[in-house]
Amino acid sequence: MSSDKPRQDIYESTVPSTDTRESRMGAGPDDRFNSKLREAFGSSPFILTKFDKFMNWVRGNSMFMLQFGIACCSIEMIHTYAIKHDLDRFGAGVPRASPRQADVMIVPGTIVSKFGPRMKRVYDQMPEPKFVVGMGSCTISGGPFQEGYNVVKGAEEIIPIDIHVPGCPPRPEALIYGVAKLQERIRNGETSPVVVKPYELEQFGDLPKDELVQKLADDIDEEDLVMRYNWADSP
Amino acid sequence: MSTGLEKQTPGEVTEDELEALIGDRALRRDDHLNAPGFVIRPDDVQDVLFDLRDEAGFDHLSCLTAQQYEDRYESIYHLKKYDDPTQEVSVVVPTSTTEPVSQTAEPVFRTADWHEREAFDLVGIDYEGHPDPRRILLPETWQGHPLSLDYDQEKPQIVTLSEHANPIQPDHHDEESDTMFLNVGPHHPATHGVLHVKTVLDGETVVDVDPDIGYLHRCEEQMCQQGTYRHQIMPYPDRWDYVSAGLLNEWAYARAAEDLADIEVPEYAQIIRTMGAELCRIASHMLALGTFCLDVYGDFTAVFQYAFRDREVVQDILEDLTGQRLMFNYFRLGGVAWDLPEPREEFLEKTRDFLDELPAKIDEYNDMVTSNEIFQVRCTDTGILEPEVAKSYGCTGPVARASGVDYDLRRDDPYGYYENLEWDVVTRDGCDNYARVLCRMQEVEESAKIIEQCLDLLEEWPEDERNIQANVPRTLKPDADTEVYRAVEGAKGELGIYIRSDGTDKPGRFKIRSPCYHNLSTLGVMTEGEYIPDLIASLGSLDIVLGEVDR
Repeated sequence: MSSDKPRQDIYESTVPSTDTRESRMGAGPDDRFNSKLREAFGSSPFILTKFDKFMNWVRGNSMFMLQFGIACCSIEMIHTYAIKHDLDRFGAGVPRASPRQADVMIVPGTIVSKFGPRMKRVYDQMPEPKFVVGMGSCTISGGPFQEGYNVVKGAEEIIPIDIHVPGCPPRPEALIYGVAKLQERIRNGETSPVVVKPYELEQFGDLPKDELVQKLADDIDEEDLVMRYNWADSP
Repeated sequence: MSTGLEKQTPGEVTEDELEALIGDRALRRDDHLNAPGFVIRPDDVQDVLFDLRDEAGFDHLSCLTAQQYEDRYESIYHLKKYDDPTQEVSVVVPTSTTEPVSQTAEPVFRTADWHEREAFDLVGIDYEGHPDPRRILLPETWQGHPLSLDYDQEKPQIVTLSEHANPIQPDHHDEESDTMFLNVGPHHPATHGVLHVKTVLDGETVVDVDPDIGYLHRCEEQMCQQGTYRHQIMPYPDRWDYVSAGLLNEWAYARAAEDLADIEVPEYAQIIRTMGAELCRIASHMLALGTFCLDVYGDFTAVFQYAFRDREVVQDILEDLTGQRLMFNYFRLGGVAWDLPEPREEFLEKTRDFLDELPAKIDEYNDMVTSNEIFQVRCTDTGILEPEVAKSYGCTGPVARASGVDYDLRRDDPYGYYENLEWDVVTRDGCDNYARVLCRMQEVEESAKIIEQCLDLLEEWPEDERNIQANVPRTLKPDADTEVYRAVEGAKGELGIYIRSDGTDKPGRFKIRSPCYHNLSTLGVMTEGEYIPDLIASLGSLDIVLGEVDR
């Protein structure tokens, strides 16, 4: 068949599909389903809502996740994206490799001192509004590694976290529940909580001059960004 | 690959011969449970190691343990032979507390490079003549050496972010030349976690590669030194190589600790262990294949999802067996936590179903991946790792076996129930990325064979002899100053544990020899001079897990 002629066969009767739809919906107002929006909003042809509310609804149902693997939890996170669990079913399963395209960051694993500033940088690169799901015990308190000399005692020391999913590691079902809860909060218009962030990236030259700063002064450029870890003050 | 040259190396080296070889350079003996140990002076290191390598054939520097005693620092070189890993010798190098300087072993074994950097970083021993004496796991600005005795963990630390240059600034690494400096990672989809590869490019060609690790250094050794032998250490091995290889890692600790405390594991428990470990190996290799295709094809949909479909099945079986999807914590010293799940027939049938479907799935992978011409063009003759180079970098596991190094601890240093089962060690001579992928896929088939035989044994085992746990004292306190180094064949290669007991119920020193650490150190030799896409492919084919690299 030459391709410039219209294909007649696809314009044939739509009986089978209409049948299925009618049998599913039963009798009721007809012609409700002539558009996707109608399908979503019911029989009234008008939507009355605040724009903010509409935006929140949209935001919660189309979340781009940051493809961000740190430790053990990332394996379960991949399983959550992959078949069987398939996070995409909930409108939240498009992993983006670049933080500049992502809305949600799942922090899947232990944060250690060397990685802390990098994670902060990745978080800063995400566009607003941004949300964070902390996956696993390590992002809550350091988890099984809390006593380690090099382990940050919870990701919240560095970035604000909206939802904590406990477990070591959490099952994929638990992560889906956490993401669903986040969607619920976004739909209700809650943005990220304001928390006190004890560790900020700051210029080395601005740090108060103490013994450690004096000692490192020769090694570090004043303009360099640094993160300071006060283990003794950590929870 | 056993060339004619290697076959001429002397077979068994007796202790008398070793004593004669080292001669006066041995100050005294310091035997370990697994091997004779010789104490030598810090400036004799290269001399002795050259002799041991060239005269006695100890061509595998398996591990370097550094530790601090009250009165001295100590570096222990654990040497083995690739031909026969049951032949071991430990070279103990004590240095003084005031001036911990020891001669580097880097000219003898390339792998000593990273080992000695780690020993410097964590314990604080200086290696004289080391080509690159930098920290490796901790940030450059770190103060103190955390595994030394006088380290104060509460002290503040400052970590810089200077490596990440401002993207607006010119990114020419060196103004004089045309090369470009490129950061791959630490947040990058192809680095399989948080690896940072500092790369210098000349056009599209890789000129210099410097893997920067330590972004997941979770102080595993410290954690294990703080736990009691009986129960508190076992959860941590699961988290070294977290790609479902949990049982393989647990076995490494179980083997070392059982040898240390002289515990005999019941045969039935050994069969369950063998079966569980091989299931883990399948899950781990499936992920290796899936992520490799993700790297090479950039394909998040087809092959990757197929591999995860099969991993889900394995994880279901392991969950039935152990109660956990990923962090199993199933082994106990002297056995396993519980018997096969009830009803037993159902479990056996489910596992058999998986094994029955496996050949068809492997055919599917061969259709999609290995017989694909584009894939073959991408992977053959890229990332070449010559066998001699692999040996000097201490490579093990599929990476070494795909370079023709016939080394598999399951056969060469038997443990568990492997020696009573029928299976083959897969080796390939390709030395390239393609060979490594094929090697893993064939190992999956071999693992399936092992599991099948284990299932038959488990089904027919007499009811009244189903003993899963040996009698182990509630509190284990091995004799003070007993030292043991034991390795098992993990999913990525030789996973070894060194334990020194100090008479308490916790280890005095716990050192992990991670296969990924050594495999990753070959990245430079594999990729320098090749194209940047081949760097990504080579990195994928090494199948590293950062949890195990950094520990």
